[in-house]
Amino acid sequence: MPETELKTKQTRRAAKPMRENAESMAKRQREISVSEFFAKNRHLLGFDNPRKALLTAVKEAIDNSLDACEEAGILPELRVELKRIGAKIVEESESESENTKPKKRKGPVPTERFELKIIDNGPGILTTQIPKIFGKLLYGSKFHRLKMSRGQQGIGISAAGMYGQMTTGIPVRILSKLPKKDKAYQVDLKIDTKTNKPIVLSEKEVPWPEKTESGTSVCITLEGRYQRGRQSIDEFILQNTLSNPHASFLFIDPDAEKFEYPRSTSEMPELPAEIKPHPYGVELGNFHRLAQDSSAKTLKDFLVKDFSRVSEKVASEILTEAGLKNSKLKTLSSENLNLVHQAIPKVDIKNPPTHCVIPIGEDLLTETLRQKTAAEFFVATTRSPSVYRGNPFIVEAALAFGGELSSEEPMQVFRFANRVPLLFQPAACASVRVLTKIEWKKYGLSQSKGSLPIGPVAVIIHVGSVWVPFTSESKEAIADYPEIKQEIRLAILECARKMNLYLSKRRRAAEAARKANYIDTYIPYIGEALQDMLKLKEGQKEKVIMTLRETLEKTRIEV
Amino acid sequence: MAVRSKKKEPTDRTALGNIEKTAKDVYEKALKKQKPQLKLPVRSLSNVRYRSKSGFLELANQYKTRTLTYNTVKGFAQTLKMMSVSKELIETNDHASKREMYYISKNWGPARFDEQPESDTVMDDIEAMMTVNREQLRFIPEEKGGEVAGKLLVIDRDRETKKPIRIDCTGFGSGAYSIPISVEHLQFETKAKFILCIETAGMFQRLVAHNYWRKANCILISMGGVPTRACRRFVRRLADEMKLPVYTFVDGDPYGIANIYRTLKVGSGNAAHINRFFCVPQAKFLGVTPQDIVDYELPTHPLKDVDIKRAKDALKNDPFFKAHREWVKAIEQMLKMGVRAEQQALAKHGLNYVIDEYLPRKIKSASKFLP
Repeated sequence: MPETELKTKQTRRAAKPMRENAESMAKRQREISVSEFFAKNRHLLGFDNPRKALLTAVKEAIDNSLDACEEAGILPELRVELKRIGAKIVEESESESENTKPKKRKGPVPTERFELKIIDNGPGILTTQIPKIFGKLLYGSKFHRLKMSRGQQGIGISAAGMYGQMTTGIPVRILSKLPKKDKAYQVDLKIDTKTNKPIVLSEKEVPWPEKTESGTSVCITLEGRYQRGRQSIDEFILQNTLSNPHASFLFIDPDAEKFEYPRSTSEMPELPAEIKPHPYGVELGNFHRLAQDSSAKTLKDFLVKDFSRVSEKVASEILTEAGLKNSKLKTLSSENLNLVHQAIPKVDIKNPPTHCVIPIGEDLLTETLRQKTAAEFFVATTRSPSVYRGNPFIVEAALAFGGELSSEEPMQVFRFANRVPLLFQPAACASVRVLTKIEWKKYGLSQSKGSLPIGPVAVIIHVGSVWVPFTSESKEAIADYPEIKQEIRLAILECARKMNLYLSKRRRAAEAARKANYIDTYIPYIGEALQDMLKLKEGQKEKVIMTLRETLEKTRIEV
Repeated sequence: MAVRSKKKEPTDRTALGNIEKTAKDVYEKALKKQKPQLKLPVRSLSNVRYRSKSGFLELANQYKTRTLTYNTVKGFAQTLKMMSVSKELIETNDHASKREMYYISKNWGPARFDEQPESDTVMDDIEAMMTVNREQLRFIPEEKGGEVAGKLLVIDRDRETKKPIRIDCTGFGSGAYSIPISVEHLQFETKAKFILCIETAGMFQRLVAHNYWRKANCILISMGGVPTRACRRFVRRLADEMKLPVYTFVDGDPYGIANIYRTLKVGSGNAAHINRFFCVPQAKFLGVTPQDIVDYELPTHPLKDVDIKRAKDALKNDPFFKAHREWVKAIEQMLKMGVRAEQQALAKHGLNYVIDEYLPRKIKSASKFLP
C-alpha cells in the first residue's frame, strides 16, 4: 500500500474528537511510518487475536522458508517448534459460559506466551541483509517484481516479529548459515516502529545446531493461544503438505508431541519465471512508483523496458493516445504520467506471457488428495493459464468422492493461493462463491440455494498467479475477479463431469452384477417348473437351466 | 396330490394341452439357445371391441410377446411355476382359491409373490394366454357368486358319490340359494318365464319377502353390485339352456348402467379374454331408466362429478354404448337432467308399489326395454 494513502487515513482519524483549525491540525500532521501504521492496525495483517496471531506468525515463516528453498533449488525441510513459556492457562471461558452468566472482565483476556521457532534448510541469508528482512516492514525481494511466490509484499515475517516484540518485549532471534561458512550468524533484533528501521541488539557467530548445510532459523516470542482443530497450526501445516508434496514438515506442538510429514515426491516444482508487470494490471500509485524507480531515460523507454508486451509500436500508440510526445522520464510531470496511465486501457496490448505460472499438477493434486481423504474416486484438472487485469494466473482443482467422506456434511473445501493454504474467510473467497453457485443437484448432491452442497465430496482449489488478488492484506480470501471465477468454475465443472461419469459407470457395474445375480436366482425355478410340467429327468432339467443361463448371460454382456 | 383322476372333462383336456404346449415351446427354444417367448393378448380397453352379433366385449388381436431376459426372468419363472401348479390341480381334480395360490408361492423361495395382486396379475396373464377361464385352470375367486330365489331347480352333485342333488330355489323361505363359485357342472329345471337380475340386496329382499317370483312366475337373482364371474356364468347358462329372457333392474345412475348392467351383458373391459363365457348377451335393461324418473316422478339426487365423468366416459370410450343409439340417447338424457334415482326411490309411492305397479307395468312392454 503506498504511503501517501496511509497518511491521509491517519489525519482524517486524528481530526475527529474536537474542533480544530488548520493550524492546530498542521501541528500534528506528520509522516507516519508504515511500521507504526501496522502496529495500530495489526488485524489487517492477520494478527487480530492471540490465536490467529500465532497461526499467522507460523504461516509467514513457512511461506518465506518455502519460497527461499525453492528459489535455491533445495527440497524444503521445515521444522516448526512451538513451546509454551510459563504455566498453561486453564481455559475459564468455557466453563463460565456453560454454568453462569459470563462475568464482566476487568482486564484484557489473559494469554499465554509461546516461543515459536521455524528452522529451514534454505540457502541462508547474507549477514548484512538479516536486519532489513526481519526488522523492516515492506522490505523484501518480492514486491518489485512479478513472480508466482508465496510472499508478495515483504510485510509478513517482520510484522510477526513486531507483534512478538509488542506483546512480550522479547526481540526476534535469527540464525543463518550459509553453505560455505563453518559457523552460523546469530542476530537479535527489534524494530523501531517510528522509523521502520531495525535495531540490532546483538550479533555474533555461533555454531549451527542443525545437520543441514545451510538454513535459517527464526525464533519469535509472542503472546498467543494454541488450539487444535479447524483454522489451527496443525491444520495449516497439514494443508501445506497437500500443496507442497515436495516439502517435508516436522511440527512439535506445545506438549512436545511430534507430527512428521515426509515429502511424497522428490521432484522440485518448476521454478516460476519472473515477468515484468503488464500495463493493464498496474494501478496508478504503482505506476508512479515504477516511473520513479525506473532506470529508463525516456518515457517511451520506460514503457518498453519496465513492462511486458510493450513494443516500440505499442509504446508510441500509448503516447499518441495520451496526447504526449516522448520526453525525459525524470522531468515528466505527475499530471502527464496520469495521462499515460489513463491511455493504457485504450490501447490493444497482447496478454502477458503465461509461462510464469506453475501449477501443482493433476497427478500430484490427485495423489495428495488421496493421502488426505479416504475417498473412492479422485480427479484433478489443471486449466490453461489465463489473465486478469494484466496478471497471468492459473487455476487447478481436484475432487474426491465417496469412500469414508461423510454424506451428511457439507462439501470439504481446501483453498490454496500460490500453494499457501487459506484457512479463513471462506465465504468471502471467490472459490467458495463459485462452488455455491454451481448446481450440484445435477451431480446427485443435495444443496440449498446459495450454500455448499451436502455430500461425500472434497475439493481442492488452487489459484496460482504472479499477483494473487486478495480481499485484504492478511491474504485470507481471493478477490472476486470475473476472469478468475470463470476459470475456477470451469475447473470444478470438469472435475464434477468426470465424477458423474465415474458414478454412472459404477451404477452400471452394480446393475450388471445385480442382473447376473438375478439370473442365477430365478433360472432354477424355470427349470423346476419345466421339469414338473414336462416330466423331465434331472439331467434334462440341469441342461435347460445351464443353456438358459448362458443365453441370458451372453445378452447381458452385449447390453 | 399324486393321484391322477383318469377321466378328464373336455375343458380340462384343453387346459392341460395348452399348458403342456406352452411349456414344451419354452423348453425347446431354450435348448436351441434361443430366448423363450410367451405370447399373450393385450389386456386393456384399447384392445377390446364390441360386435352386436356376438353380443359381448371381445379381445381384438393385439398381442404382446414376453421374451425371457434378465428383466423378465422373475416374472417368467413365476408364470411357469403357476402353470405347473394349475396342471397339477387339474390332474388331481382339485382347485385353489386366488388367495391359496398366493400362499402356495411361498414355497418358491425368491420367486415367491410378495403381495396377492402380483399373483393375481400372473393368473390373469396365464388365463389370457391359455384362452381358458380361471376356473378351468382350477383357480377360483374368493367372492360370493350371488343369490337366487324363485321357480328353479338347480341340480348339483355330491362331490364324493357324484350323486345328483336337487335344490329347489322356492324352498329357502325368506333366505336364498347361493350361487357356487364354479357353475359349469350345474343343471337346471324350470318353468319360469324370465330371470330378473337385481342390483341391491334390499330390493331383492322385498321381492322375496312378498313372493314376487310366484306372482310373476320368474327367477330372482341378487347381484349385489357388479355381478361376479360366477353370477354372470350362472345367469348365462341358465338363460341359454332354459331359453329365458333376462331383465335387469338396477339404480338409475351411471354406475348401475355403465358398470353393473354393462358388465352383466357384455363382460368387463379388462378381462375381455374370458368375456365370451362371462356375459349375458340376452340381458335387457328394465330400469330404472332416465325416462322412468320422469314417468314415475321419482325423488332424485343430483349427479356427482364421478357420475358425470362415468357417463361421459361411457359415451366416449365404451364400444357397447357407442354401438346402441338408444343408450346414447338415454345417457345424454340423464346428463341433461343432471339427476339420478335409486331403485328404492319407488317406495315414495308406497312400499309395495314396485311389486304391484312398477314391475308389472314395465314387464308388459318388455319389448321397449333398453338393449
